[in-house]
Amino acid sequence: MNKKQINNILIWFSAIVLIILIMTPGLWVVLTAFRPQVDVMAKPAVWIPRNLNLIQFETMLFGGSEGSMGRSPIPVLSYLRNSLIISFTSTFIAVLVGTIGGYGFARHNFKHKNKYFLLIMLTRTIPGISLSLPIFIIFSKIGLIDTHIGIILVFVALNIPFTIWLTDGFFRQIPRAMSEVAMTDGCTKLQAFWHIELPLSRSGIASAGIFAFLISWNEYALVSNLARSTDSKTLTVGLMDFTAQFTINWPGMCALAVFIIIPALILTFMVQKHLVTGLTFGGVKG
Amino acid sequence: MRKFLNGPWVLLMPTLIILTCVVLLPLLLSLWTSFTPFKLTKPDTLYRFVGFRNYERLIGDIDFWIAFGRTVLFLAIALNLELVFGLGIALLINKITYGQRTLRTLMMFPMMFSPILVGFQWKYIFNDNIGLMNNFLREFGVIQPIPWLVDGILANTSIMAAEIWSSTSVFAILLLAGLLGIPKDPIEAAKVDGCNSWQVFKNITLPFLMPFVFIAMTIRSLDVARAYDIVQMMTGGGPAKRTELLWTLISRTGYVDAKMGMANAMSYISIFLSIAFTFFFFYKLVEARQRLSYE
Repeated sequence: MNKKQINNILIWFSAIVLIILIMTPGLWVVLTAFRPQVDVMAKPAVWIPRNLNLIQFETMLFGGSEGSMGRSPIPVLSYLRNSLIISFTSTFIAVLVGTIGGYGFARHNFKHKNKYFLLIMLTRTIPGISLSLPIFIIFSKIGLIDTHIGIILVFVALNIPFTIWLTDGFFRQIPRAMSEVAMTDGCTKLQAFWHIELPLSRSGIASAGIFAFLISWNEYALVSNLARSTDSKTLTVGLMDFTAQFTINWPGMCALAVFIIIPALILTFMVQKHLVTGLTFGGVKG
Repeated sequence: MRKFLNGPWVLLMPTLIILTCVVLLPLLLSLWTSFTPFKLTKPDTLYRFVGFRNYERLIGDIDFWIAFGRTVLFLAIALNLELVFGLGIALLINKITYGQRTLRTLMMFPMMFSPILVGFQWKYIFNDNIGLMNNFLREFGVIQPIPWLVDGILANTSIMAAEIWSSTSVFAILLLAGLLGIPKDPIEAAKVDGCNSWQVFKNITLPFLMPFVFIAMTIRSLDVARAYDIVQMMTGGGPAKRTELLWTLISRTGYVDAKMGMANAMSYISIFLSIAFTFFFFYKLVEARQRLSYE
């Protein structure tokens, strides 16, 4: 064997170790969701699953059945509904407002532009838990605690800065000349935007939307304090219910975790390409 | 009016209105509250001004400073390790030609996990009774279960492991994008002139990667506080405050003890901490971007 071959083997060996480190924790959770409680609690550990079942999902969705030890179910369906309503609505509004803002930043030069941009991004750095305190006080005064509208409003504010960051990058990639030509041919500014710039940045806006959706879908610190009941609790907050309510039901929690991860998994795969170009401003070749 | 409609402000107006209502005004209220002894149980206290009393108490509060120090130390260690591991992974994947795309996709796996799930997953792995870690060790004869999430040092290390697992891929992905964009000519030229791999890395690869390092750092510093979700899930700041970070302390003071005034004073300090982080990296990024701009 020559030096190059040894080198190749080393590289592949480390790549495989890496993949195992990255994949195992998640896959272990997914596997647990399908295993009977006995197997999970067994000592010494049962490594190769002897049988798999859907009991945890049945319990979660339709209430306790045999083998689930007669536990009352967590209202997962309400949580799922809340998660969907809140994430979709807030994403839609955030993308609408953020895209307009991103276009403003990309196509106009004004005084202190970089400073305004930074200021808007800085609102995103405020830790969720710190922001939740005053919002909690305000919302409890005006009755927005535990409502969809309240949480949607907060998520919109949370997602606008990042949408601006992404769309600004995508709009700047489109040559200004294209809309200028259209405007000399008699288009208004709005028509030029609608017919030229918007279609060209469609994929960028879509990935900004998916990004916003994921942030809403995954948020915990803010919702956990602004949601009080099944009226507005989302899946991430629901996961915490499991630890509070029972001696921890590991397979049950894992089943809910699978519920949370599936949409995120699909969406992330969809945007992975745009994610990188978007985050690196596209402008730096990559 | 016409000038206004054609200018940037009409486009930025919706953004500014929403951010003012949902972020700026609450922050002002938060600032006011930090100067009052406001307790959720006694609504009247919101209007009693006590000056800097909350802040004075915080300066003398040893628990607060321990949590503060732990947060800064935690972030410093976690961010640096993430950068080093991320760089290592990016260099490794860059070397692989066959199946690189698949590897890159697999690398994104942790990015799909919400922090609360990351916390849950590692809480399960480090569970002393049925966790993957202790089950694994038992196979090798470690019969006495290791109390991963109980002992102070072990608990902090476990949380660090979760944090690094979830965020290293951000660095890896962005740095890989940087590596793929490096022009080949200077590297070839340097090799012809007799540079070794280390010299090529230090003098060509690394300077080119710096903007990407700062992009990754800026993006990461935007949501360092997501460590709150992970800690809240794994240990809740306990046992006996051994893993208390600034954010779990704020949450406990505000919502459990209902001492909103004090919690807001703490949260202002945490906000300045976050902003300082982001500010620093963003300016580094703007600098690096200007230096490397192709426009």
